[in-house]
Amino acid sequence: MVSYIIRRLLMLIPVLIGMSIIVFSIIHAIPGDPAETILGDKATEESKEALREELGLNDPVHVQYLNYMTRLLQGDLGNSIRTNVPISEEIGPYLAATLELTLVSMAIAVFVGVNAGIISAWKQNSWFDYTSMIFALVGVSMPIFWLGLMEQWIFALELKWLPSLGRMNARDPVEAVTHLYIIDALIAGRPDQAWTVIKHLILPGIALGTIPMAIIARMTRSSMLEVMRSDYIRTARAKGLNQLPVVYKHAFKNALIPVVTVIGLQTGLLLGGAVLTETIFAWPGVGRYIFEAISFRDYPVIQSGILVIAVIFVLINLIVDLLYALIDPRINYR
Amino acid sequence: MKKRWMFSALSLLLAASLGLTGCGSSSQTPDASKPQENAQPAESGKPAQDTLIVGRGGDSAALDPAVVTDGESIKITQQVFDTLLDYKPGTTDVEPSLAESWEMSEDGLKYTFKLRQGVKFHDGTDFNADAVVHNFNRWLAGDKSQFYYFVSAFGTAEDRVIKEVKAIDANTVEFTLNKTQAPFLRNLAMPAFGIASPKALEEKGEKFKEEPVGTGAFVFKEWKRNDSITLEKNPNYWNEGFPKVNKVIVRSIPENSARFTALQAGELDLIEGVNPDDLAALEGNADLQKFVRPAFNVGYLGFNAKKPPFDNPKVRVALSHAVNKEALISAFYGGLAEPAKNPMPPSLFGYNDAIEDYPYDLEKAKALLAEAGYPNGIEEELVFYAMPVARPYMPDGKKVAEALQAEFAKIGVKTKIESPEWAVYLEDAKKGEKDHIFMLGWTGDNGDADNFLFTLLSKDTIGSNNYSQWAHDEYSKLVAEAQGELDEAKRIDLYKKAQEIFKQEAPWVPLVHSTPLLAGRANVKGYVPSPTGSESYEAVYFE
Repeated sequence: MVSYIIRRLLMLIPVLIGMSIIVFSIIHAIPGDPAETILGDKATEESKEALREELGLNDPVHVQYLNYMTRLLQGDLGNSIRTNVPISEEIGPYLAATLELTLVSMAIAVFVGVNAGIISAWKQNSWFDYTSMIFALVGVSMPIFWLGLMEQWIFALELKWLPSLGRMNARDPVEAVTHLYIIDALIAGRPDQAWTVIKHLILPGIALGTIPMAIIARMTRSSMLEVMRSDYIRTARAKGLNQLPVVYKHAFKNALIPVVTVIGLQTGLLLGGAVLTETIFAWPGVGRYIFEAISFRDYPVIQSGILVIAVIFVLINLIVDLLYALIDPRINYR
Repeated sequence: MKKRWMFSALSLLLAASLGLTGCGSSSQTPDASKPQENAQPAESGKPAQDTLIVGRGGDSAALDPAVVTDGESIKITQQVFDTLLDYKPGTTDVEPSLAESWEMSEDGLKYTFKLRQGVKFHDGTDFNADAVVHNFNRWLAGDKSQFYYFVSAFGTAEDRVIKEVKAIDANTVEFTLNKTQAPFLRNLAMPAFGIASPKALEEKGEKFKEEPVGTGAFVFKEWKRNDSITLEKNPNYWNEGFPKVNKVIVRSIPENSARFTALQAGELDLIEGVNPDDLAALEGNADLQKFVRPAFNVGYLGFNAKKPPFDNPKVRVALSHAVNKEALISAFYGGLAEPAKNPMPPSLFGYNDAIEDYPYDLEKAKALLAEAGYPNGIEEELVFYAMPVARPYMPDGKKVAEALQAEFAKIGVKTKIESPEWAVYLEDAKKGEKDHIFMLGWTGDNGDADNFLFTLLSKDTIGSNNYSQWAHDEYSKLVAEAQGELDEAKRIDLYKKAQEIFKQEAPWVPLVHSTPLLAGRANVKGYVPSPTGSESYEAVYFE
């Protein structure tokens, strides 16, 4: 097992290098001159040239890449062109904000998705099965952007149940310590504010969680159906065992592998969807950070932002692989 | 238990999908006529009358006014810093601020400023002549990459307007100039020249741009990047009775419609960047009010005057008659622009309102073309450069170009629209080799006519900002003379004459001066948007 984990970790190295090359080359294909974007239309040619020189944009791309990697290995993500602050200092709060949002979305998605899938399989061809699968279909094809705006309109503007954007009550903020605001509010001894933070999380959480929720529900259902048809479940049911334990304990455990895979993949994909959700809900996360950086051609931030997300994606995949081992001892590690 | 949870989640989904079906038939804007009793956000128990929450599209880059070039940064520094002189609210006229009065020497080379007494920086240190000298010396020692606006307003080290800044006594500062500069006082009023605390500059160093210290109406409190900037009332503010609110929170919300929704829900008090599409909902909602920023820009159609057929002024005038500005404004600007007849906005001094614009008249246009020697229109297919990016003065260049292309076709002028990438576009237009017709625009830097009439149209600026390559000797002489002329009345006269020549020669068709739309809660009072794009919130209060 340990050697498996080590081997699995070593395999990450070529993956990460490949990823960094891809990210680096894509970013250099973005049209537009960063010097022009930074200094504005009115800048003179000399000042733009001086800035390009200073930013190293005149070097050949492979030199820029090598310089970047050398610094990266020393833990230096570079400085933001726009704010001139080291990205490693800047990115922390954004990561925390995205983490908080992603965890909540995934919790909603997994909870609703898995249960809807199990019950749909259990009560196959019932009205519940049909409705939830129709919703899953709608959910998969729902544009996040549109869903977010609709949520804001219905739940914030018309019903006034929930705040439409931001992370906490702007009029009465709590000091950021961990930048996970639920925890920060509790540290500050403000359960009322923690509740406000939770309310702020609900709409973006649903917007971000809807697609994975639908996918998880469908995956769980089909995986469950397969297991439920197997002999041992039929036997268990025939023995007169209570229905619910059979479904949740015996069947679900064996249906779990594909579901975990999907959950892992979707968690990674969430980070991509976060760009849209964070923009609509003014959520100051990594998605927003990259979005703003793109509009300012802030190359180092785009690079590092995407790279950080990619690393998280790879790590999630690693965790999923390791989870298989726990779930299903039959999986062979050689 | 789990089941019940699931049902509630599913019903939420259902509610969302109901919105989907409803959306097909009705518009997305909420029913604005419905009275909304609960205007305050659900989470704040009592009405927050002492905190102003402003929503805008993007975050600031840095908060040291001297180093930034973007409007979003200036919007904050405007609150934290004072300049020696300021613009009167809603205009670009100069009024006293940290300098109470000033005198200019006969030859225009010495300015003496009497400073306001008893003013303190937010860190408790005194504002005085030494502080002013310290700030100007800091800028004089820097170059364009450090202090962009200082260098563009007062020249590079080799060719500088300001020679020396000296403290005469604690409350008197004397500026010695190398040469006269008519817009000198207007330049000093630019927010970029906010006076910073010398002590804080020294102690904070690089950190100063994140923790600014000035003398302004509001004290910088906290900056959560891409989220919000919090400012608090300066209790020792020199302008007695101001600011009216205790706290200002400026939030970054990129999505225009999300910002508008939050305003309607009462989570924001004031927002910038309202979509023209939301104008009807805004005007129909009694809880909201509309603000319009005075026009401070010009969007124009330029003719490349060094290439035939546009080397002939008659052809340029002919095409001017083929542009229907009102139609463009209602189709592409949502009505939020004024038709332009001069190359500068009417809010600037020296604007010649006596000028009569060329009416939209296709028959007249054809007749003029015939007079110019093109009775059957122009054979050659002309290259029409359409802006590939959106700007406040040109929301959708390609569509505007297509509309104009159709008009020009009616008078026998065939055009081919090209829209290269923005950097290439600017470079090509600067050289004037490829295009016949192009579109561009300009937003004023300092509230002076010189910044439009000289910068964009003098023959001396061909190769930089005179993209129409129009070299008119008399016009260029007038605007150059106006630049050095210190007698205000004479300057105005020179600019009015220049605008007459511009109209006769028609190197451009000035299209629009766009007026950005803002919105606020109905109880927000005392807010006056500035043409320059940033204004102080010190006079804002709630009713």
